[in-house]
Amino acid sequence: MSGAEFVPLSLPPLLIGALAAIACALPGNFLVLRRQALVGDAISHVVLPGIVVAFLITGTVSTWPMLLGAGGAALVAVALIELVRRLGRIEPGAAMGVIFTAMFAAGVLLLEQSDTSSVHLDVEHALYGNLESLIWLDASGWSSLWDLSALAGLPPELPRIAITALVVGGLTWLFWRPLKISTFDEGFARTLGLPTGLIGLGLVAVSAVAAVAAFDAVGSIIVIAMFICPPAAARMMTNRLEVQVLWSVVFAALSAVLGYVLAGYGPLWLGFADAVSAAGMIATVSGIILALCAGFGPCRRRVGVMTQ
Amino acid sequence: MLWDALTLQLGYNATLVAIGAMLLGVSAGAAGTFLFLRKRALVSDAVSHATLPGVAIAFLVMVALGGDGRWLPGLLIGSALSAWAGLWVLERLVARTRLTEDSAIGAVLSVFFGFGIVLLTVIQTLGSGRQAGLEGFLLGSTAGMLMQDAILIAAGGAVTVLALVLIRRPMTLVAFDPDYATARGLPVARIDMAMMLLVMGVTVVGLKIVGLILIVALLIIPAVTARFWSERSDRVVLLAGLLGGVAGYVGAALSASAPNLPTGPIIVLVSFSLFVLSLLFAPGRGVLAAVLRQMAFRRDVHIRQGLLALAQGQPIYEPLTLRLLRRAGLARADGVATDAGRARAAKALRDEARWQVLRADQAHETVAALYDGLRKIETVLTPDQIAEIDRRIGGPRGVPT
Repeated sequence: MSGAEFVPLSLPPLLIGALAAIACALPGNFLVLRRQALVGDAISHVVLPGIVVAFLITGTVSTWPMLLGAGGAALVAVALIELVRRLGRIEPGAAMGVIFTAMFAAGVLLLEQSDTSSVHLDVEHALYGNLESLIWLDASGWSSLWDLSALAGLPPELPRIAITALVVGGLTWLFWRPLKISTFDEGFARTLGLPTGLIGLGLVAVSAVAAVAAFDAVGSIIVIAMFICPPAAARMMTNRLEVQVLWSVVFAALSAVLGYVLAGYGPLWLGFADAVSAAGMIATVSGIILALCAGFGPCRRRVGVMTQ
Repeated sequence: MLWDALTLQLGYNATLVAIGAMLLGVSAGAAGTFLFLRKRALVSDAVSHATLPGVAIAFLVMVALGGDGRWLPGLLIGSALSAWAGLWVLERLVARTRLTEDSAIGAVLSVFFGFGIVLLTVIQTLGSGRQAGLEGFLLGSTAGMLMQDAILIAAGGAVTVLALVLIRRPMTLVAFDPDYATARGLPVARIDMAMMLLVMGVTVVGLKIVGLILIVALLIIPAVTARFWSERSDRVVLLAGLLGGVAGYVGAALSASAPNLPTGPIIVLVSFSLFVLSLLFAPGRGVLAAVLRQMAFRRDVHIRQGLLALAQGQPIYEPLTLRLLRRAGLARADGVATDAGRARAAKALRDEARWQVLRADQAHETVAALYDGLRKIETVLTPDQIAEIDRRIGGPRGVPT
């Protein structure tokens, strides 16, 4: 395929998908190790009421209010889950189930009640995103990458998710040691004087930022899948956290690229006329990678006694 | 309008939906309780999301065989098979790899759901509008519910409830103490599997009404709500069934009473309102009860400290203590004890002295451990024992005025 076709149509979605996957997989590593994997699930459900409320307040489908609304909803959800867990003395899983389903239901209801027929805002869009539509019309070939006027026409999701991925990566690098210590041995971290509660909260907040930014570009299925599948697969490959994080980044990028290519061209190779959902395909590919690692990964077995 | 809906007078379809939703709520609430007590509430999230590829594959198979593709029993069988596959993968991931259950849940739900979405887009490209309706399984769609659909849901709900009644005892035992159940010789793994089958049954039955994203709410919320009202597992199950039924019925009626009120979300929100009410007002475990307990505790502490101060002739500076003493008629506004106050103060001081003796005595070690400053000594010792202690202390020596 020529650059004239590839650069405008496929390069931006590929980059956006890969960056979104990496931004989610990085905090996902720690969430998986801390047994908080479902935080990603909860956050991606409550994003819907957040963007609907933002739409109702501002009356337009513009990006920043929506991102703020989604972030606000994620914070409200985390606070409510904690509140219900403490006040009702309910186990965290059930508290999470109560809050995120109720908030999602409220989001669907608000969406049905408000007049959104004129704008592109629906539940399906929130679930699968529209990765395929993020094209770069101003590009005419590889040379456009050095053309400032063409670069200005990039889909705005791309710089946004790139900055998010950079910020998430930078924070992970910056707080590497405290994160690692408090994840593996919270008691030891506390004796060192590390603020473990604050670290945990910061991790959830960074996850929420990554989820919201990725959601904006690719929908919530990829967000949940990328929080969990690449880190879980990476965990079967190694016993060292540094190596695990690298594997998870590789797996995340691989799922995004392979998934996008399979969704876009797979059906054509099989003789069908139309592409299938890229978001769904990326999640599927990450699942296949996880299945392979669970079957053949060198460190797939549990070491020591099972604690439950 | 709402009254008409609640009394089933909004027509055939609304009546069918209301009754179906009520039966679904009852079976989901009761089945979900065991899941909640077993601390595996979110496994249902994986199971429900895993139904999607099955629905799509069943549709594709039925179309390939020349059928309609939207035949509900066929779609439900497909969803049950793929939920089963999801559950199997989940169990394998937890048993055979180092992944914890929460990661396995997240992996299964996202991958199965993503694959389901891929299949849905395949169906969309297949033909002209024939896929209409499959998206309804995401959030439920009750608009075109048929009599046979309602019968199917009712039958599924009835089978679930019957199965629950039959295996409630082993499931309760496993939920509370799996180790003990193993020691008793119960097949814990198979009982867990039976519980999951029930959850799967509820999920499949509920696809049509509330949809696969929100069915989790019907399994979790009534159980958590019922837990506020009772400490006995059998009552929690009954209550959860009742609360689920009420939420299903009221929610369906509400959604029929006005336009743009989708059934599934409304049922979930009704259920959530019941949860919030219980969280706030349930006796014992509710927030209001806890606040009242806290206030009573604070009052007891202040009164005791105040009485001891009065007994020893010390001035009271804490305004709350003074206010509480005054309200109880034990002291005047200037902080001087009334007659009743003097008597109570003397008693408090004597009880304190009795406790001192008790705590110094090795023979009363276990009783002495109960001392927390508020416990009345009469509740831990017999009058004989108190008289014995009093002999050691000696008689009353007057109260300072």
